[in-house]
Amino acid sequence: MGNVPSAVKHCLSYQQLLREHLWIGDSVAGALDPAQETSQLSGLPEFVKIVEVGPRDGLQNEKVIVPTDIKIEFINRLSQTGLSVIEVTSFVSSRWVPQVAAGATEISVFGAASESFSKKNINCSIEESMGKFEEVVKSARHMNIPARGYVSCALGCPYEGSITPQKVTEVSKRLYGMGCYEISLGDTIGVGTPGSMKRMLESVMKEIPPGALAVHCHDTYGQALANILTALQVVWFVFQMGINVVDSAVSGLGGCPYAKGASGNVATEDLIYMLNGLGLNTGVNLYKVMEAGDFICKAVNKTTNSKVAQASFNA
Amino acid sequence: MAAMRKALPRRLVSTSSMGTLPKRVKIVEVGPRDGLQNEKNIVSTPVKIKLIDMLSEAGLSVIETTSFVSPKWVPQMGDHTEVLKGIQKFPGINYPVLTPNLKGFEAAVAAGAKEVVIFGAASELFTKKNINCSIEESFQRFDAILKAAQSANISVRGYVSCALGCPYEGKISPAKVAEVTKKFYSMGCYEISLGDTIGVGTPGIMKDMLSAVMQEVPLAALAVHCHDTYGQALANTLMALQMGVSVVDSSVAGLGGCPYAQGASGNLATEDLVYMLEGLGIHTGVNLQKLLEAGNFICQALNRKTSSKVAQATCKL
Repeated sequence: MGNVPSAVKHCLSYQQLLREHLWIGDSVAGALDPAQETSQLSGLPEFVKIVEVGPRDGLQNEKVIVPTDIKIEFINRLSQTGLSVIEVTSFVSSRWVPQVAAGATEISVFGAASESFSKKNINCSIEESMGKFEEVVKSARHMNIPARGYVSCALGCPYEGSITPQKVTEVSKRLYGMGCYEISLGDTIGVGTPGSMKRMLESVMKEIPPGALAVHCHDTYGQALANILTALQVVWFVFQMGINVVDSAVSGLGGCPYAKGASGNVATEDLIYMLNGLGLNTGVNLYKVMEAGDFICKAVNKTTNSKVAQASFNA
Repeated sequence: MAAMRKALPRRLVSTSSMGTLPKRVKIVEVGPRDGLQNEKNIVSTPVKIKLIDMLSEAGLSVIETTSFVSPKWVPQMGDHTEVLKGIQKFPGINYPVLTPNLKGFEAAVAAGAKEVVIFGAASELFTKKNINCSIEESFQRFDAILKAAQSANISVRGYVSCALGCPYEGKISPAKVAEVTKKFYSMGCYEISLGDTIGVGTPGIMKDMLSAVMQEVPLAALAVHCHDTYGQALANTLMALQMGVSVVDSSVAGLGGCPYAQGASGNLATEDLVYMLEGLGIHTGVNLQKLLEAGNFICQALNRKTSSKVAQATCKL
């Protein structure tokens, strides 16, 4: 940046930038001109499914408790953005039947690649937790309800420090083997960097097809998008396929319970911005996500953690 | 369905698309100049000097110190001579200063500058609005500085703004960036920093731009300067590293907003960059703890919160 006189403000308005730069608005297949399409990075998936965890992972880690009607409005707004998966709640218990009775169409089970984390979080060892999950997942499958598995501490643990890729693979394989249709590998405390992400995925992808994997990166140390980019680049050689499911939270909702004052989830808006720019289809309307983000931030009286939102709403 | 659940045979996993990363990265710390210049609050000369001294102690090898520009335009840099004279100049550390014209260059040399920085752009409109002339005319101005620098044995670094997009023109062609970069290199700049001035770039755009520029200028002479206005800075920087770039500009605490998007953030935070590079096993020579202290110091002086996520996560508040 050079010496910019403070008077200089006659630049393109944000709306103009949106129109000009296709990657800020919708990413519609075929919207890019042929020259642009061929110039995008090779080896990346064509479509990326975003799993929106704002209403669950996000709100659960916010200090303010959100009233039910606000939550419902928030989720309704998210439903109109094109997001195909919105995590509404999470519960793991042998008493999960009420959730199903309440209309749950999918359940999640939360494992960890760390014994200490497992003990502190759900008060049992990894092995014991797998036993419990197996019951739940098998029953769910009998009722034709898909189960998603989470593996926390995939790139590091607040208690144990570094976690071996082999341990992550072992736990992921157990969850996949018991019938989880997708395993979300979580950098729970955001300590991962592109190298550790790559090593972990290379290990897991030897045992689980990439189509059944997702990444859930926290932005506690600002590494989330770099780690996600890396995840998209890791290619399963034989089938030329990589990861194409990414978890994120609108407005980057949710702090980090392990680092006071730190940020948490990667912001869906910033993720979409990157994916749009890469020419990857998400099916999600960034403007609408930003509006939903604006709504929930006003409702919980907090500033957004999304840089895209910060740059856009004040322009 | 059940058959698919058995353990799959081992497959080879290839990450060849990711490229080989450099073993060492030189970080050019622009906080005291690009950062402070774009902050609302002005800090005193002693605070600026202390910040730069703390950054020197943190192990950074290049610290952009100030700008020899008229205080009429950039009041925050009005004390440029005092700052350059007042800082401790550690051996092995470069302290480049911005010089927009020959007059600024001469003042900088008189104040003891050993390295100067000139500022161009890959956009005609941006050049007109910023320095009131065309790109071609700007080359003529810079040529005067470069010739004078050569006589005085002063190194010159060049900036190319709007490398991934322009607030006035919108899209910028990689070919235009390559053209301007090549011109700077041929005129005598030892290094050219390619700046995503408004932070609109994404990794694919970065790759396209670098591919074009690398055909005209050696990789070793290139640096990237990513702004985090849309949260893309670190991802874009990673892409540049994958392409072989080994010089990265950043600003302690992510100092500096964006004059083109009110309320938006500006530079990539040096702490977050160092965190990533250390995680990748890339040598930077920077002591993260001391860097965090420098960031904490300047944020208190500016009465603002840090923009560095690493600093936020390690803050004990």
